[in-house]
Amino acid sequence: MERLFFDLFGAASVVAALGVVLARNTMYSVLWLIFCFFNLAGLFVLLDAEFLGIILILVYVGAVMVLFMFVVMMLEVDVASLREGFLRYLPLGGALALALLVEMVLAARAGLFAKHAEHLGREVNNTAEIGKLLYTKYLLGFEIAAVILLVALVGAIVLVIRARKDAKYQNIARQVRVRKEDRLQKVRLP
Amino acid sequence: MTTLADYFTLGAILFAIAVVGLFLNRKNLLVLLMCIELMLVAVNLNLVAIAHFTGDLLGQVFVFFILTVAASEVAIGLGLIVALYRTRRSVEVEDINTLQG
Repeated sequence: MERLFFDLFGAASVVAALGVVLARNTMYSVLWLIFCFFNLAGLFVLLDAEFLGIILILVYVGAVMVLFMFVVMMLEVDVASLREGFLRYLPLGGALALALLVEMVLAARAGLFAKHAEHLGREVNNTAEIGKLLYTKYLLGFEIAAVILLVALVGAIVLVIRARKDAKYQNIARQVRVRKEDRLQKVRLP
Repeated sequence: MTTLADYFTLGAILFAIAVVGLFLNRKNLLVLLMCIELMLVAVNLNLVAIAHFTGDLLGQVFVFFILTVAASEVAIGLGLIVALYRTRRSVEVEDINTLQG
């Protein structure tokens, strides 16, 4: 049964990855990537990592890919010119990827790795276990991750914010500091 | 019965597809970013598999951190793409040649 689901999710994720790479329209790439993430979340759950599976769906599909979608829809992209010379670097890239793939598969199949592992019982709470580790042993890393997220938040806002030049702004400090002499002028009428 | 080698093989296939994607879609910045995401998630799969087959949760903690960094990377990357699009009206990599790289 487990093997069946591994084959199902694995085959679907490979097809989805090919879809990401080969799709003609960028929007279809985004949708294929979402499908790929769903399948990988299934694999995560198959590997007793329920928390990460849910996080993958919530954070990746729910936030990151939606952000991708917004950007793809917002930008007016000329698909035809982007597809120009699509296959030009296929020999180089294909050879490189094939070499990588053969190396990694040979290393994986060398028989050095564990063959079998029992699944954890129903009483084991994956989220609680990860939480315990994160808040004790890896607390520093956890806080650094929080700071990284904050920096990314501020950085993303700074990158895209655009102060409008034609809008009228109030400068409160100047308004408060203004004196009567700055505005009022006495003129003697004849 | 699945073995660790199966998961490593699947991760390797996904990673290799993403590498090919980097070469094929080298003009479209958005797809490049997506290929990087695919690479990261392929590595995450390996780490989760290791965590399961060695019975050590360290792999899952690592995946947690990688997800954090990947999310912030996407936010910054998409911000850069939007900022670039505003000035150049294009997301083609070949148009980004101000520094003559």
